[in-house]
Parts: sequence; C-alpha cells; structure tokens
Amino acid sequence: MQINTSLKTLDISYYQYTIQDNDLPFGIGITNFFGGPVIAKSLRQAFEAIVGPDHVMTAPEDLATYAYDAAPLESVLPQAVLMPESSEELGRIIKLCHENRLPITVRGAGTNLSGGTIPDADGVVILTALLNRILEVNETDMYAVVQPGVITAQLVTKVEAKGLFYPPDPGSQAVSTLGGNVMENAGGLRGLKYGVTRDYVMGLSFFDAMGNHIHTGSRTVKCATGYNITQLMVGSEGTLGVLDEIVLKLIPYPAHRKSIISMFKTIEDASETVAGIIAGRIVPATLEIMDQFTIRAVEAFSKAGLPVDAGALLLIEVDGHPAQVEEDAARVLDLCEKYGAYQTQTAENDAQREKIWAARRSALSALAKLKPTLVLEDATVPRSRIPDMVKGLGEIARKHGLDIGTFGHAGDGNLHPTILTDRRDKTEWLRVEKAIEDIFAHALSLGGTLSGEHGIGIAKSAFLENEIGRASVEFSKRLKRALDPSNILNPGKITGD
Amino acid sequence: MSDMKDLAKAMKALEDQLVTCMRCGMCQSVCPLFDQTRKESDVARGKIVLLESLMEEMFDNPHGVNERLNKCLLCGSCAANCPSGVNVTQIFIEARAVITTYLKLPFYKKVVFRKMLARPQVFDKLISMGARIQKVFLSKPDSHTGTAKVKVLAPILKSRRIMPIADLSFQKKADALITGKKTTGDRVALFTGCLIDKIFPNVGVAAVKALLHNNARVHIPKNQGCCAIPALASGDKDTFLELVNHNIALFPPHRFDYLVTACATCTSTIKKLWPAMLEDQDPQLAEQVRHLSDKTLDISQYLVDVAGLAPLPETAALQSTEDDPRIVTYHDPCHLAKSLGVRQQPRTLLNACSGYTFKEMTEPDRCCGMGGSFNLYHYDLSEKIGTVKAGQIADTGCHTLATSCPACMMQISDMLSKADKKIYIKHPIELYTEGLDSDEPA
Ligand SMILES: Cc1cc2nc3c(=O)[nH]c(=O)nc-3n(C[C@H](O)[C@H](O)[C@H](O)COP(=O)(O)OP(=O)(O)OC[C@H]3O[C@@H](n4cnc5c(N)ncnc54)[C@H](O)[C@@H]3O)c2cc1C
Ligand code: SF4
Ligand code: SF4
Repeated sequence: MQINTSLKTLDISYYQYTIQDNDLPFGIGITNFFGGPVIAKSLRQAFEAIVGPDHVMTAPEDLATYAYDAAPLESVLPQAVLMPESSEELGRIIKLCHENRLPITVRGAGTNLSGGTIPDADGVVILTALLNRILEVNETDMYAVVQPGVITAQLVTKVEAKGLFYPPDPGSQAVSTLGGNVMENAGGLRGLKYGVTRDYVMGLSFFDAMGNHIHTGSRTVKCATGYNITQLMVGSEGTLGVLDEIVLKLIPYPAHRKSIISMFKTIEDASETVAGIIAGRIVPATLEIMDQFTIRAVEAFSKAGLPVDAGALLLIEVDGHPAQVEEDAARVLDLCEKYGAYQTQTAENDAQREKIWAARRSALSALAKLKPTLVLEDATVPRSRIPDMVKGLGEIARKHGLDIGTFGHAGDGNLHPTILTDRRDKTEWLRVEKAIEDIFAHALSLGGTLSGEHGIGIAKSAFLENEIGRASVEFSKRLKRALDPSNILNPGKITGD
Repeated sequence: MSDMKDLAKAMKALEDQLVTCMRCGMCQSVCPLFDQTRKESDVARGKIVLLESLMEEMFDNPHGVNERLNKCLLCGSCAANCPSGVNVTQIFIEARAVITTYLKLPFYKKVVFRKMLARPQVFDKLISMGARIQKVFLSKPDSHTGTAKVKVLAPILKSRRIMPIADLSFQKKADALITGKKTTGDRVALFTGCLIDKIFPNVGVAAVKALLHNNARVHIPKNQGCCAIPALASGDKDTFLELVNHNIALFPPHRFDYLVTACATCTSTIKKLWPAMLEDQDPQLAEQVRHLSDKTLDISQYLVDVAGLAPLPETAALQSTEDDPRIVTYHDPCHLAKSLGVRQQPRTLLNACSGYTFKEMTEPDRCCGMGGSFNLYHYDLSEKIGTVKAGQIADTGCHTLATSCPACMMQISDMLSKADKKIYIKHPIELYTEGLDSDEPA
C-alpha cells in the first residue's frame, strides 16, 4: 500500500498545543509535545486498516504513556502507538513506515535503563505486547522458538517444567520481554558461568528497514552459513531491524546447587576475595557483592538478619554435578577465609538458600525506598580490577557528596553503583551527572566498558566515542546507514544523531 | 488554560508521592487489568505518569486522564509489589478527589452519594423497598451461589447474575443475637458494612456467633453508615467526610477495645484510607480516626491473633471424610492480603473447621476483578479477569470457595454460576460457625 502523504504537509487538525519546555518542573519535561507535525489522518487510517482501530492509539493521553522507559531521561511523545498481533501485520506496518519515512521505535516492556524506547517525536511506537506466543519448546534438540513479546519469566517457567534451563535472568525478568532482552543483550546473576542473552540466541527472524523479512542463524548447535548476522543484531537496540521470531538455546537444568553467604570487614577484602576465587579457577554460577550502604538499606527494609556492621557481603552459588558442587563449595569457603571473611555460612536447605537470594533481590528496592530518584549504573571492568573499581566508586561518592550504594555481579566485573538522589534538586542533579561521567571515565581507565548489560541507548551515546574511538563510531554509523538509509529504525540510539 | 493551572496546583499536593515512582515497570507483572489489555495507561506506571502530566499542565482538559485513572480496580496489587514502595492506591484515590473537585461530581452520582449513601436511614429504606419489589423480576436462583438474573434489566446488567437483596437485613436481626448473652471478654464493636447488612446478613450473624463463642462482649450500634469507599473511589470527598463523621459518632473509639468487621474492604478503608484522607482535615477528627484505625481488625485477625480462636465443639461439627473430603479453597481479597497483609488468619480459621479439607488454589491472591465501580463501568474486563479466577477455583475441585470480602463473594458468585460450576461461596466465618449451635434465629 502506498500512502502519498508527506509528513511535512499535514493538517494539524485535531490537537494544537503549545507548551514551553522550560515551564516544566524537574527538567524532565516533554519535548516536542505536538510542536512537530501531527500524524496525518490518512496515514492513521492506513495503520487502522492493518491492525484495526483498537490497536492504533493517537490520543495524547495514550501517547504520553509511551514516552519514557526506566531511564531517568526526558520524555518524548510519539505520533502514534501501534499494536500488531501477527508477523504479517508487523511487516506491513514497517513497509508503510518505510514508504513514509516514519521513524520506528519498538517497545517491549519498556524497562530498559538507557532510553532505548524513548521514541522519535515524529515517529511511531510499535508494541510487541500482542506478539507474545511461545511457538515451540523442542526438548530433543533443546531450543525454544518465541515471538519477541514473550515475557522472560514465562519462558523460564515453561522450560523449567520440562527439566530445561534458560539461564539469562535479568532482575526485570518478571516483566521484561525476550525481544527486549535480545536487543539489550541482557545479563543477570548467572553471567559468570552461563553467559548472557547473546550466548543463547541461535537464530532470529526480523524485518529490515525496508520491510524485507530476513532470517538468520539456525536451529543447529553449529552454524557456519554466511555472515553472523544473528550476533550483529543482538544488542543492537532496535536500530537495525525489528524482530518477529527468536530461536533460543536451552540447556539441561543443573542437578545440584549450593549457596554461600560470606561477611567481610571491608569491601576491599571482599573484592580481593572475588579476584581470588576467579584466580582459583572456580566458576560459581553466581558471585554477587553488596556494600555496607546496601546491606544497611536491605536490613532496614526487610529485617532479613543481615550483619549491618559488615563492610561487605559476598553471595555465592555453585551448581552442577553434586560431587563437583561439594568440592567447589568447600574451596570457596577456604578462599573466603583466606582472604579475611570473618564469617561464612552455607545454606543447608531451600529455605536458607531462598533467604540469601531474597536479600540480594531486595537490594534495588531497598535502595529505591531511600530517595525519590535512583540512578542505576552498570559500568563494568575486567574482574581482576574489581578492587580498584570499588575504591574508585568510594572516592567518587565522597568527591561529589552523593549517596552511592554498590551491589552487583562482582564475579563478572559488572557492578551496579546506584546513586540516590531527587531529580527535582537541580544542583544535586548536576553533581549526579558529573559523578556518572567520573564513573564511566574510571571504568574505562581500568580497561572496562560503559555498559555491562543495560545498553547505550541515548543515555550513554555521547560517551561511546570515549570507549571505542572515533573510527569505530564512524564504522558503526556507516553500517547503520547502509542497512537503514533513511534512518527510521530507532534513530538516535547507540551512535547518537 | 487558567483553570488547568488550578488543577495542576491542586495536583502538586501529590508531587512528593508521585516522584517516588522510578518508572521501573515492575507493576506490569501483577496488574490484573494490564494482564488483559497490555496497555501502559492501564498499569500503575502509566497512570502515575499521566498524573504528573496534569501537574505539568500537559493537557488542556483532564477528561482523558480522568477516564484512564478511573479504569482501575484499586486492588493495590501494584502497591503491594512495588520495589520503590509507591503508595499507589492512595495516590489514585487522592487524585480522583482532586480531579472530581475540579470537574464536579456528575449529577446522578450526587444524587446517589449525597442524598442516599450519606443518609443511612434513607438508604436503608430504599434498599428494603427494593427487597420487596425485586421478587417480581428475579429469575430462579442458582442452586449453589444464590445468584439470579434480572430479566427486565438485561440491557443494563448485561449477562450479570446478581445476588438478591436479603429479605431481612442484618441490622434487623442483630439485637436478638446479642441480648442476654453473658460474655465477659474484650469489648468488640462490630462494623457491619453495607453488603453484609443488605446482601449477606448471614455473614454478620456468623460473625456475631463467632465473637460470642470467643467470649467477646459484642456491641453493634444501630443506624451504621457505609465505610464510604464508593464515594472515595468516585472522588467525592464531601460524602466521605459526612460518612466518617456519622460513623465516628456511633463508634467513639474509647468505648471499646476493638473495631471488627467481616468485610475486607471496610477493614482496609477504615484502617488505611480514613486516616490517610483526613491528614489535612480537622485535627480533632483526624486524631479520633487514627485512634479508631489502630483498633480496627478483620474478624479472622481478631479471632486468631487476639482471642486465640476458641476450639469448636467436636460433636456438632460435620466431619470431612476420604470419600467426601468437602474441599474448601480460599481466595485472598486484595483489600485484606495486599492492603493489610492478612493472609494466614483466614486460613487458620478454615483449618479449624473439621467439616472441610483445605486446599490452596494457584495464585490465591490474584484479584477477582470486582473493583467496586470498576465492575459497573467495565463489565467486559471485570468478567475476563473474574473468569480467570473462576477457572483457578474450579481447578481445585472444591466443594466450597471461601473468601473474606462480600464484594469478592458477589463477583465470584456471578462468575461461578455463569460457568455453572456448582460450588458454594461462603465467608470463612460462616464455615467456622457451621460447627456451633444453631439455635439462634437466623
Ligand atoms: C528493576 C530492573 C532490573 C533490571 N535488571 C536487569 C538485569 O539484571 N540485567 C540486565 O541486563 N538488565 C536489567 N534491567 C534492564 C532491562 O530490564 C533489560 O534491558 C531488558 O532486556 C529490557 O527488556 P524490555 O522488554 O523492557 O525491553 P524495552 O525496554 O522495551 O526495549 C529495549 C530495547 O529493545 C528494543 N526492542 C524491544 N523489542 C524489540 C523487537 N522485537 N525488535 C527490535 N527491537 C526491539 C527497543 O527498541 C529498545 O531499544 C533491569 C531493569 C529494571 C527496571
Ligand atoms: S509504581 Fe512502583 S513498580 Fe510501578 S513503575 Fe513505579 S516504582 Fe516501578
Ligand atoms: S490498583 Fe490494581 S488495577 Fe489498578 S493499577 Fe494497581 S494493580 Fe492495576
């Protein structure tokens, strides 16, 4: 279908608002609120013809609810929000957008932390909420085929019922979509041993910027056919194509596991222990750290019985074959002691194990309750540099006079320094921005990376060059231009404008 | 535009609460409404952003926001699971009051709330008239749930099966239940609640019997008013204040040890919403209400935690057997489990009933979809949510469904009788007292 309406010649018939950005408090106002062109009636009708009128939203009160994600950034309202119910509808929408040069931002659960789903003011948002079927769970060949809107936890429940395991477990898994996980290359607590989403994507099918349907990868363990487009797509944040099917690798569920909690006087001791465990060639499934600030927040909030005087905690889980698990657990205990743990406990039963992980899971909530705004960073360093990173974070917090709680996936070098603030406090917010810059700079100086798992989006695009260099940014831009010449796929994300 | 400025200013009172939402989106996993529609404006995060938008004067009228704000069960599932501890239901109720003050209450609601609900005597008269007239219109009641169809009202009621109004309200039976009883324990005032009074008087009767059996000295003031939740949910703060004043006069907190109700919604409204909504009002009233709120308990909470749950006489009770286990399952009302964290006590009560075998359903605290006026305005969605619940109930193979809220009882009765499931619906207190002497006038 060809719609001959250029967006530039629209009648701004049904809503005309003017609003000045600087009227808005918090500095997180709404940009471009109907300052730009309103979507043409004929175009809206064309969308309605594809997905049905109930699945096209253009009321400003609806648009306002698709203008943000979990990153503390400025909202931007799109022109329309579309809810396709099938691959076929999705493909037709994208063709129509291509023909009309309409920017597209795909939205799963909108929980990413880097602004990846903040739309373009002239564009549309496509929701994957109704593309939510698990198409196949193949027990013999151990893979699953899903639509992108399937919620991570739903797949996990389904495969675990069959004795299979899908390890990537972002903290948001109760709501996050697999499409969003793939496009952010989401990690979780088990990255150390089991890797991240990238390591489980066997194949994809997606629509490119012109609406062509592309298939990549295979359902086989090995695949040497053509370019590895699958891995190019993983983590591309919707800038190279729109997913409509994902083939995910599954593995057998681990036979046995053991959880350990270890208490240290100082966070330096705890981080030395992390480096020691890794150097000892043990690969726990999970190796998490929590600093004193976080411990106290968790304890105040959940009375879990955590030691509030400890300088830091390590929470460790080893899994696999029973004999191996016992041996690894014993060695972990030795190492903790050697590096100065003053107390170490092993969970004797499921209830105790659950208690340890409940404490870890409540870290973010406990911190969130302390102040109105929470900025969750995820700069990541080579794991041997964890002690240096921890030290640096302490200095940054002091320098800017900010509360920073640090917890996270110490075992894979992916810490979550969490800044607590109030976004309404403009002067403090400036200090927060400076602190974030310092965190990035420090991580890079240690040979680390800007983001372990939360992606670049628009939040970190300005910093990209600092890490990968001018030539790499230019290469990425050329790649993007070649695949999406009109720049309609989630413009502005990763490489910036 | 200047008017919207006033609204924005009024909305500012909520700012400190609104900013605690970190937009993490975790509420999507528990919102029964979002589960059906998958639309962001239906989930807490979207609604909070819309309220912020009003505060930022983004819209030139509040109708669109109002409509989306009102499309909500006020079930509190979001608040109970919010990592940031956002007090979502309270924000929504306060916001409804702010917007309603600005838009003015629609005429029909004014009549219903201010001329009827706020005047308990008038309200009671109208209802008892209804009780007499309804017989002409009602179809044959369902054998298990007692619901009936109202043929002439089909265009309005759609496919609903409703619970008929009771012939004799609880108030009219109350005196006979307590006169001459020589109990010596706690002074317990019973707040009846409209649905128990007018639709489920047997629940009230059972509550009194259970309290007496546990040696409480029961006090049931006459002419009690509604807990005001329908008015609050519609943003009608005036009616709310009238009813609070009316009720507090009947229940002066220093005159009894506990205020007990058998309605989850009344309990959570009195315990949480009354004090919250009175913060900026007359300090003397606020103080009294706080005092009252401190003494307010759900009946199972009182019986189990305070009275120590007196055992039932062994002889009187029915015994469940292997052949006839009489499975009972329990639905957690949102207003009890999520709002007040009362989950264990009703189960303890049910386990004390030897005539039944207790069996848990999957997701016992999943909302039934009633949501008070939500059911009136969005029956299609309410029905979809309720159908999920009905399926989970039926999957237990139960003989009886127990739940501690008469509003849930109504919704689940509708759903189960439509699906023709042949399951009885009772309040746990009714099952507990089945084992007691029934020589009281019922
Ligand atoms: C409380 C909390 C905890 C978190 N914990 C973790 C954690 O432990 N580990 C971690 O890695 N992340 C975590 N995150 C971040 C976030 O949940 C992940 O990035 C997640 O993968 C996002 O999924 P989503 O469905 O919300 O995607 P969205 O936020 O909706 O989208 C993410 C990106 O993917 C794109 N996209 C989505 N679907 C498609 C599609 N079908 N085709 C093309 N592009 C698409 C979007 O355009 C966007 O760029 C957390 C977030 C929160 C709020
Ligand atoms: S209401 Fe709570 S759960 Fe929902 S987005 Fe806000 S902070 Fe997150
Ligand atoms: S109160 Fe219930 S229906 Fe309303 S937003 Fe929260 S979870 Fe959803």
